Amino acid sequence: MSKLNIKLRDPNEVMKLSRLGSFHQSKLSFLRSFIREFKDWEYKRNIFELDKDGYGVAVYSFEKKKRNYSLICFAQHINPNERSDRVIATKWDTAFVLHDGLPARSDINRLKKNVPKQEIGRMSYKELTLSRANKSVRVFDHVVNSLSEGNQPDRNLLNKVGYLYRTTAVYGSGKFGLADRFRIKNRKEVYGPFRLEMMLVYLVRQFTFDQVNHIAKNKNPNKAVQLDENIARNLGIGNSTGLGMAPFIVNHPTLLHKWIYNREKALKEIRSIEVVNNDEFNFFKDCLTKSKKIIDTWLTDSEYQNKKINSLKSDLVKFDVFLEKNCSIKTKYLWNEIYLWVEKNLKEECIEYIVSMMMEPHDKIIDPLINNMSSEEEQYFSIPGHRKISDLKTILEKKYQSIIKINFKEKNSIANFWFISKNKEEPRVANRYEEQGAELEQPLAIARDIKQLYERILKANQSETIADFLLNNDDLRHVVRRAFIADKFPYSEIQDNTIGASLMPIDMLRLKLSFFGAVKFDPRSDKWLRINMYQGAPLSHELKNSDDTWIYNSLN
Amino acid sequence: MITFSEIETTTKRASKAAGFSWGVAEEIGKSIRSLELFGLPGIINLNKYLKKIKIKHPKKIAKIEKKNKTRDKELCPIYSGVAFLDRCLELEKLKSLKFYKVSYPLLMLPFISRASEMISKKILVQFDKSSFLLNFDKSIFSKDIEKQAPSIAKVVNIEFLENKNSFSEQDWKELYKLSEETFVEESDSLKKSAAGAGLTDND
Repeated sequence: MSKLNIKLRDPNEVMKLSRLGSFHQSKLSFLRSFIREFKDWEYKRNIFELDKDGYGVAVYSFEKKKRNYSLICFAQHINPNERSDRVIATKWDTAFVLHDGLPARSDINRLKKNVPKQEIGRMSYKELTLSRANKSVRVFDHVVNSLSEGNQPDRNLLNKVGYLYRTTAVYGSGKFGLADRFRIKNRKEVYGPFRLEMMLVYLVRQFTFDQVNHIAKNKNPNKAVQLDENIARNLGIGNSTGLGMAPFIVNHPTLLHKWIYNREKALKEIRSIEVVNNDEFNFFKDCLTKSKKIIDTWLTDSEYQNKKINSLKSDLVKFDVFLEKNCSIKTKYLWNEIYLWVEKNLKEECIEYIVSMMMEPHDKIIDPLINNMSSEEEQYFSIPGHRKISDLKTILEKKYQSIIKINFKEKNSIANFWFISKNKEEPRVANRYEEQGAELEQPLAIARDIKQLYERILKANQSETIADFLLNNDDLRHVVRRAFIADKFPYSEIQDNTIGASLMPIDMLRLKLSFFGAVKFDPRSDKWLRINMYQGAPLSHELKNSDDTWIYNSLN
Repeated sequence: MITFSEIETTTKRASKAAGFSWGVAEEIGKSIRSLELFGLPGIINLNKYLKKIKIKHPKKIAKIEKKNKTRDKELCPIYSGVAFLDRCLELEKLKSLKFYKVSYPLLMLPFISRASEMISKKILVQFDKSSFLLNFDKSIFSKDIEKQAPSIAKVVNIEFLENKNSFSEQDWKELYKLSEETFVEESDSLKKSAAGAGLTDND
């Protein structure tokens, strides 16, 4: 145990939206843990029945010990005016489903009628995840044309975009008839959060390479060349993400806690290392050097994001100087010294960047945490009705310190409301004073409701039981439940107002996407953004020999 | 097939739309999912009940006692169930309870089932001709359950069952004796080298 007695960081600071919205991918990220878990599975392209234009069906699978997971791809022609990344779209260039096992022809035929329809199709318990993607037409056509002429595509163009296809949603866990999570949760290989969603996206990436090669070959059989593997490796899969993700992190408090807690635990353990190994320190510096080159490819028109990127870049310059002048492995608790300097001298964007980087050399610390990123949420659902109001008051004062100080009588504090849109059943946020529908507000204004709960319990008999209190206050039952969860799980609650006028919903998206392992955050407004996944990842035939630092390989 | 996840989400939203608070609607979502998982007609009963209360939302139950009646026409199975669940630790002392004139009594079951898990005791629920043995929220054993269950029960009896075995001591002894046939008799030399052998425990 460390002599320094380093503590976990305070949830009241870590769980602020500005901090959560500064998180970066790390060794804990799900697409990296997917590759670690599946690298020794047998990858196979089982079916590839595309016509000369690349339309048709393909099946890819992973197999180990007689268990198979198969991606079924359906590619179709759509008109340019039908192509849209918005959730209201009804047609996509490609649609995908991850099937449990190897699909029979009858399965493929059944799915062919449903998967391209996405939300209005129906899957079965044999399907695990569902998605669709549109071509980045400019890049896709350029790559096909170049390859068909015997040339490799323009690397500069590809670096700017970073993918051939962009997914616009990946669904799982019982949506649209897909298997409920309980059916598969006891399988060790898919226990990690979003493991099957990560598998789908990885296999989709392979399909996009196979498809461009196939079309180019058919276009000009004598001259066409295959996409250079170094170029392919540097391509990921894009994703357009909207507000659908934001309520997830509010609605799954114990899961959110697990993600953040493990990150914090990793940092605490790293800071507690007394003697820093030279190899590990060099490894950290090497990852940092490689990663900095990639930051230059984070291109965006978003003023908000550019400020963040510029802040990161200038702080990294300061950090380099500090690293060069002040850091030696002769210093005891060097990681802690680094962290303390970073926290004192740099801004949130760079602080969290360095925290991610500090995890890189520490497999022994990180690996056990990766297997602890899921949560059995049902276990924490019941409210302890026998507890006293005084207990709840203590919890609120301890766990929601800054929330209960917010004045919700101010107009700006309740400027927004969250609702579910009728046409697509998707979460949305709107201005309470300008839009209609606030009476159908979703229970996502946690801060406001916690404050209301606090005000009511101040007036209540402190020796009364929670059960008695709820008889006359069941409108606040949802936050009573949350408070008792927050008591056990300190990182379960965003310590900010999710309906205030200054809310940046993309901070909520960024938090979740960083745990996915996404990079290249490119906000297109304050409500949706584009990202890239798997850029630099090993190609499917390279998986077995890949190492976990692939994320820093792109451009290097 | 509609998935359990879809059942929970839609049930929660429908219950909110029918006038329950979000917190209670969350409870209903979990409960109907649980009924359907156990193979009981949760959706059918909830659908009918929500239609029934569309015009007049039911009253909440003010207090739970050994015998529970309402001045209102009928007891709401949801509010009764939630109140029972919230107080299950203290209600256990009553050994048994009765709820009179309960609408769609099947809807009370999942709350009592969760209480069974919380207090670590099986609970027997009876109404009309149906009996349900609730096993720590792991299963619901029932016989004579109608496919759609009654729209009202004159009385719902709830009995906390003491933790006791379903078999006699003789049954257990016979089985244990058979299990001993998998054991190996230790020789003297093995006994001498077993863990703790040769040491004094008075150090």
